[in-house]
Amino acid sequence: MRSSVVRPELGSAGLDAAHVLDLYRRMLTIRRFEERVYLLYLQGEIPGTLHQSQGQEAVAVGVCDVLRRTDWITSTHRPHGHALAKGVDLRAAMAELFGKATGCCGGKGGSMHLGDRSVGMLPAIAIVGGGNTVVTGLGLAFKLMRTDQVAVCFFGDGASNEGAFHEGLNFAAVQHLPIVFACENNLYGASTPFHQTSLVPDVAARAAVYGVRGEIVDGMDVLTVREAAGRAVAEARAGAGPVLLECKTYRFAGHSRGDVRGYRSREEEAEWKDRDPIVRLRERLAVSLSETVLDDADTQVEAAIEDAIEFARQSPLPRAEDALTGAYATVIGREATP
Amino acid sequence: MTVAAPPVNGERRLTIAEALREAIAEEMRHDEKVFLIGEDVGVPGGFGGAFGVYLGLTEEFGHDRIIDTPISEKAIAGAAIGAALMGMRPIPDLQYADFLFECMDELVNQAAKMRYMSNGKLSVPMVLRCPVGTANRGAQHGQCPESYFVHVPGLKVVCVSDAYHAKGLLKSAVRDDDPVLFFEHKLLYGSKGREQAGGMDLTAHVPEEEYFFPIGKAVVKREGTSVTVVATHMSLYRSLAAAEELARDGIECEVIDPLTLLPLDEETIFASVRKTGRLVIAHEDTLTGGWGAELAARVAEECLYSLQAPIRRVASHDVPLPVAPIMEQTVVPSQARIKAAIQRCCEG
Repeated sequence: MRSSVVRPELGSAGLDAAHVLDLYRRMLTIRRFEERVYLLYLQGEIPGTLHQSQGQEAVAVGVCDVLRRTDWITSTHRPHGHALAKGVDLRAAMAELFGKATGCCGGKGGSMHLGDRSVGMLPAIAIVGGGNTVVTGLGLAFKLMRTDQVAVCFFGDGASNEGAFHEGLNFAAVQHLPIVFACENNLYGASTPFHQTSLVPDVAARAAVYGVRGEIVDGMDVLTVREAAGRAVAEARAGAGPVLLECKTYRFAGHSRGDVRGYRSREEEAEWKDRDPIVRLRERLAVSLSETVLDDADTQVEAAIEDAIEFARQSPLPRAEDALTGAYATVIGREATP
Repeated sequence: MTVAAPPVNGERRLTIAEALREAIAEEMRHDEKVFLIGEDVGVPGGFGGAFGVYLGLTEEFGHDRIIDTPISEKAIAGAAIGAALMGMRPIPDLQYADFLFECMDELVNQAAKMRYMSNGKLSVPMVLRCPVGTANRGAQHGQCPESYFVHVPGLKVVCVSDAYHAKGLLKSAVRDDDPVLFFEHKLLYGSKGREQAGGMDLTAHVPEEEYFFPIGKAVVKREGTSVTVVATHMSLYRSLAAAEELARDGIECEVIDPLTLLPLDEETIFASVRKTGRLVIAHEDTLTGGWGAELAARVAEECLYSLQAPIRRVASHDVPLPVAPIMEQTVVPSQARIKAAIQRCCEG
């Protein structure tokens, strides 16, 4: 962690308490969502696998808070936080994890492909680095159509060593595309420490070689993330080209279900958990808001999660035969039949 | 269904390269969302694309719509896919189909699956032009990799072999809402192809008036009753030449250009096989796992009792491509090999 990271005090972002409380509520929604779905997954109610992002909520919420509904994001195999932060309906996201017809992808996407066109989120791209090239097309379309939309590509430290990272960033740079590349550096690609995979400790340092601006951000502080993202998005929207943000963060849970985290020390985990973005924002909010207000927020979040779970449980399964359609907009010749 | 061949005595004969250029220009005039993106496509004083198809287009449409890129196939494909997802209709260009392997993730994991994963909310309307074919360029600039993509649900795969269908299909592909890979053989673009294809006139009548040829329709290039031959690209012309020779021996080949490999026009092909009772498939893609194997399997499933002899496939041998002409021509399906396969098929 770089010591040069500046942490503005509450209020320095020019936000009123209600807005900050909303950021808190949204981060907590992601946290509780992932805690609950993990249990439901272990209990067998949710099929497939899960990649949780506890600890990284400030990045998703801080970045998406400065985006418009018409802006777009790409996400990764760890997309729950991005989806909820960008505005994917909580019930539709939950139902998607349950594999229900009411899910945001009708049950065809699942955890790793959460997305919703109506809120500006592509189906999450679960190939490491996959979004880094596709996002250039979003930016290119906005440029060609002369809109003032912005695209944000969320990716991890692992993706920064993919060829796609290089091609996507370089192409976005030479085309001056309205894109923010938002790296969530959580220090590990699955189990492999980032320092074993790059002699350059900061992903943001790579920005310079592409002629774009890079910035290291404290990814454990939602207000800091929000400020940095606000600057980056404003530059991109103004046509000043892409920006590379590197949010230093930490994944409290394992990479996926079977991960017992033997590759990192409990001391390191404790140090990062001391900086839990939700706990710290709550402490800071407690200066200006009463415990009752904060407790109410917690209760509301938990009720919303339970409502979403009940919605998902009660929702119908997709029709089995719908699995065989929808790969094409237009099909000529032999239609798939059950 | 048999689609009538275009008139051969038309007054307006174009090469495939000219027909493709016309199709692109017409579609760019028709819809401002259509744009070209790729390597060396519009650089002033440059090539107009690796095979000159884009010459003159920059003058009309400008660099906003003819976009030159770094040599970054993943970025080109990704940019095309992303723009298509936002409602544009890009025509990306990678110069050689061999370079498709640089962006397999973008094509197979992203372009082909976005519509399905989004439950039909998004689509990827783009046309990726892919020059294929052996032309003394060796192992990495002469492959015919179309079969890899025939295996990918969500993609459409087109192979064109003459100017008429090239133009009509390219216009249909640009307006199609699904990602289309459009395979063109390098030796069939223009005059150079005429010599190397044995002096055949590879131009075709292309009407002045606008027309479209549908994706998913095959065309019968030569009618016959003895044997059905399904072939693409150079193998199509070699099959037609072999058919002329065999006609002297009383073997009347029905030669079909499938034009679209995915989805395949089973109706036209099955009807022909049921009529002739025999099937030979010829392609320059390699044999094992080639699209000919898929077609053979489908015919075996649906038309077995119409067959009077085993299905024969003629394909490039299962080796990388060599450069030395004498070796190269041993690998790819020659007219002689195709003729021998037809003869063998007609023996039983």
